[in-house]
Amino acid sequence: MSAVREIPTPRETSDDAVPVLEVRDLERYFTTSGGVVRAVDGVSLTIGRGEVLGLVGESGSGKSTVGRCVVRLDEPTGGRIALKGTDITHLSRRALRPLRTDMHLVFQDPSSSLDPRMTTGQIVAEPLRLHRLVPKSGLRARVEELLGQVGLRPEHADRHPHELSGGQRQRISLARALSVAPDLLIADEPTSALDVSVQASVLNLLADLQRDRGFGCLFITHDLAAVEFLADRIAVMYLGRIVEEAPTAQLFAAPLHPYTQALLSAAPVPDPTTQRARERIVLHGDLPSPLSPPPGCHFHTRCPVAVDRCRTDVPELRELPGGRRVSCHLVDSGRPLDGRSPANSSPSGV
Amino acid sequence: MTATPDTVDVAAVSAAPAAAPRPGTLRTRLRALRRNRLALTGAVIAAVFVLAALCAPLLTPYDPAGPDFDAALAPPSWAHWLGTDDLGRDQLSRVIYGARASMQVGLLAVVLAFLIGVPLGLAAGYYGKYADSAVSRLTDTLLAFPFLVLAVGLAAVLGPSLLNATLAIGISQVPAVIRITRAETLRLKHLDYVGAAIVNGGGDGTVLARHILPNATSALIVQATVGIPAAIIGEALLSFLGLGVQPPAPSLGVMLAGAQPFLGPAPWMAVFPGLAIVAATLAFNLLGDGLRDVLDPRGGTR
Amino acid sequence: MSTAPHASDAPGAPGAPVLSVRDLSVSFRSDTRTVHAVDSLSYDVAPGEVLAIVGESGCGKSVTSMAVMGLLPPTATVTGSVRLGGRELAGAAEKELEKVRGKDLAMIFQEPMTSLNPVLTVGRQIGEVLRRHQGLTRKEAREKAVELLALVGIPAPERRVAEYPHQLSGGMRQRVMIAIAVACDPAVLIADEPTTALDVTVQAGILEVLQSLRERLGTALVLITHDLGVVADAADRVLVMYAGRAVEQAPVDELFAAPRHPYTRGLLGAVLRPGQEGKRRLPEIPGLVPSLTAQPDACTFADRCTHADERCGAERPPLIPESGHRVACWHPVTEPAATPSAGHEEAAR
Repeated sequence: MSAVREIPTPRETSDDAVPVLEVRDLERYFTTSGGVVRAVDGVSLTIGRGEVLGLVGESGSGKSTVGRCVVRLDEPTGGRIALKGTDITHLSRRALRPLRTDMHLVFQDPSSSLDPRMTTGQIVAEPLRLHRLVPKSGLRARVEELLGQVGLRPEHADRHPHELSGGQRQRISLARALSVAPDLLIADEPTSALDVSVQASVLNLLADLQRDRGFGCLFITHDLAAVEFLADRIAVMYLGRIVEEAPTAQLFAAPLHPYTQALLSAAPVPDPTTQRARERIVLHGDLPSPLSPPPGCHFHTRCPVAVDRCRTDVPELRELPGGRRVSCHLVDSGRPLDGRSPANSSPSGV
Repeated sequence: MTATPDTVDVAAVSAAPAAAPRPGTLRTRLRALRRNRLALTGAVIAAVFVLAALCAPLLTPYDPAGPDFDAALAPPSWAHWLGTDDLGRDQLSRVIYGARASMQVGLLAVVLAFLIGVPLGLAAGYYGKYADSAVSRLTDTLLAFPFLVLAVGLAAVLGPSLLNATLAIGISQVPAVIRITRAETLRLKHLDYVGAAIVNGGGDGTVLARHILPNATSALIVQATVGIPAAIIGEALLSFLGLGVQPPAPSLGVMLAGAQPFLGPAPWMAVFPGLAIVAATLAFNLLGDGLRDVLDPRGGTR
Repeated sequence: MSTAPHASDAPGAPGAPVLSVRDLSVSFRSDTRTVHAVDSLSYDVAPGEVLAIVGESGCGKSVTSMAVMGLLPPTATVTGSVRLGGRELAGAAEKELEKVRGKDLAMIFQEPMTSLNPVLTVGRQIGEVLRRHQGLTRKEAREKAVELLALVGIPAPERRVAEYPHQLSGGMRQRVMIAIAVACDPAVLIADEPTTALDVTVQAGILEVLQSLRERLGTALVLITHDLGVVADAADRVLVMYAGRAVEQAPVDELFAAPRHPYTRGLLGAVLRPGQEGKRRLPEIPGLVPSLTAQPDACTFADRCTHADERCGAERPPLIPESGHRVACWHPVTEPAATPSAGHEEAAR
């Protein structure tokens, strides 16, 4: 077991310069009876140590597939995934197992991500047992410690998932993920299935743990407000491709891609005065079928400012100053399109 | 306006008291089963049969194979509750021993079918691709042989016996077990908690043994309660045709076969073993239906 | 956006509500326990008004609307009164209700796919309602269906009318559901989480459709949602529910500017606001929602409330005053809402 481990990346040599996660040109094509679906179509991402990258997109954007490919629950059909410098794209399941202590995952639906037949204690202990991280005698104590870290009491270890509330289940999920002390946490819509007040407590917990433990995090969500709360950088996906990436504050202050602008403007602000005064960009039409994505820029069918070139040429994801990337023919130098930045109408200004 | 209102509000209501135990635990399910009258009746009759089979030597007043020509073809009486057959053998003793044979075959055949079918179904469902195609071919091949042909073949090669009848019945049930295990595995392997087990670092063995198989047990239990009565009937049929239990050893099928010439003068010879078969089959089917209602995760909330 | 309801379109006196719910209680009995999903709920909806019913899962907001529609299963016990334009619906015969449902009182659900019949064309499904309630011929119904599809913003309605639900996207299906719901020009439309299953960019379009329907047809809308952003966008008045009871009811601006019930405050504090600067700690509401098996003579929020005292645990607070900004709390908060950035200190204690 340890022999396998030393060949890829011994922990000693890995320094801060090696990103926790590096994804290059990731592709995940599904062959269906109707043709090839390009769920993920050339996505590149980098997450540094202790960095939180928000991956935002609507349903069908392929954001969850990226996450599942990274933890290899889904098999990429192209590209490269490196975990702390080790290429894991094509490692066999067996070869990957020792590396599983470096990454873990929190799912969206807390009711289906926990085995209903196990107690929460058994659930949290499973990674510890499988990787022999803790001697058998110390298992219970370690589990109770982990439960404490996610705000649960020791006696919760003897409950079954269905005896817990949604928020508590999501805490169990987090405790399980953190039991291996991963360097990378993939959080796939961890709060989307929760109520508003519960959502707040889980986000707080995630932020606290991230600060204390310093793990890198790929935070996948459709909720812009949640991603703003947690992420250092945000990448926006549309139909399998990243259309824009920027540091969080910049993305909200001055979104460059028309899709990002529409997304920011469509999310209603919970304040009637502000919300009703906002100018909303309503996108027309629907998400095109991923079976036959439109040529050129994928977004041109719904883009309010598309020009002829957008219908034929695929825009490149270009680097802009300030660590930004955007894929739009109309963006030259980091200047927002028609000067409109919907997020400026922030509610706190009222 | 055509939506299903009951699903909407039941979900809303059951989501409310999060701390209260929800339906789905084994205990609540057993309680639900106890309330189901038919299933309970089935369970009681099935238990009586199992007990009778286990304690046959203690319960039987006469030697089931011992002839008593003085009492041949006696109608039911205090001495012989269910009458006697043409050789004067006590029908009650023979029915009890016959039930014992039925139970033996029923349970053994189902165990055999599970031992073969469950691993194959798990492999087919979990690994997919080649494993799935290979298992599918096997299933198709098995299904292509009608169970009687298989039984006749086995009897021809190995000679007729209770064991070979069991073998034939067990093999004939393998495809159903494979199908249900495979379907459950396919359903379960896409659930998040199975994904989580893989991300935990679990190998295929861990995932299958700790997460998939335990969660498939409900479906498998139901399958077993369907398989047992089918095997009981199968045993009776094979024995009736002379391919199973060999006379003079008692079996419900053998008794029916032996009763044929005496249907007029001694109808009890056919009626009681027939009733026993019906009762056993019905009992397990009722129990199975009840278990299906109780164990089905979708129906579990109701 | 925030236009007042068209009083001129409204039937009856301007003050008369189209839908009036009084002391509505719903309980579900099982062998082991009784769940009181809704406890003495009352509300009015004026013609052309948008009333949002807000609350978290299990608060009874969906059950309320099912009860109003008369769609609850027989296991539910419903008491109280539901009056639609002067007609009593609670306890009415199923036959009676069938005449009202889809005609005067319509409903749309969260999941448009399961609400549409997959084997019938969209046009057939819209037409069916029209033929049943308005006695139109097949041809007339189809023409009206095309009109309705255009009304809900479906492009190329002549073509879409012949399509099947699976050929449409989620947003389009929800528009079809709306078209079916408004086909007979109902006085009240109940929308149960109409945008929850949809993406935000699609949601924006649906909200606009609902808004324009209210303006063009004068339909009163009962909008059931957990999303305070949607409330802020679309509602005139808001009813906040907690554990089966109404805890606060107010015009939308007042509710957001000066929430008076501690629960409403907590909820508004916990919600994420896009575009807020910096990372702050989100205010949480401690504790769990109480189980609904008891109907205590007390405030159901008392266990989680920092303002609670003995009275809160011993006496049920009434929803007062009779109109305007109503709150069911013995110690309503009086100071105006703090800005989101300052609000958390108070809520987080």
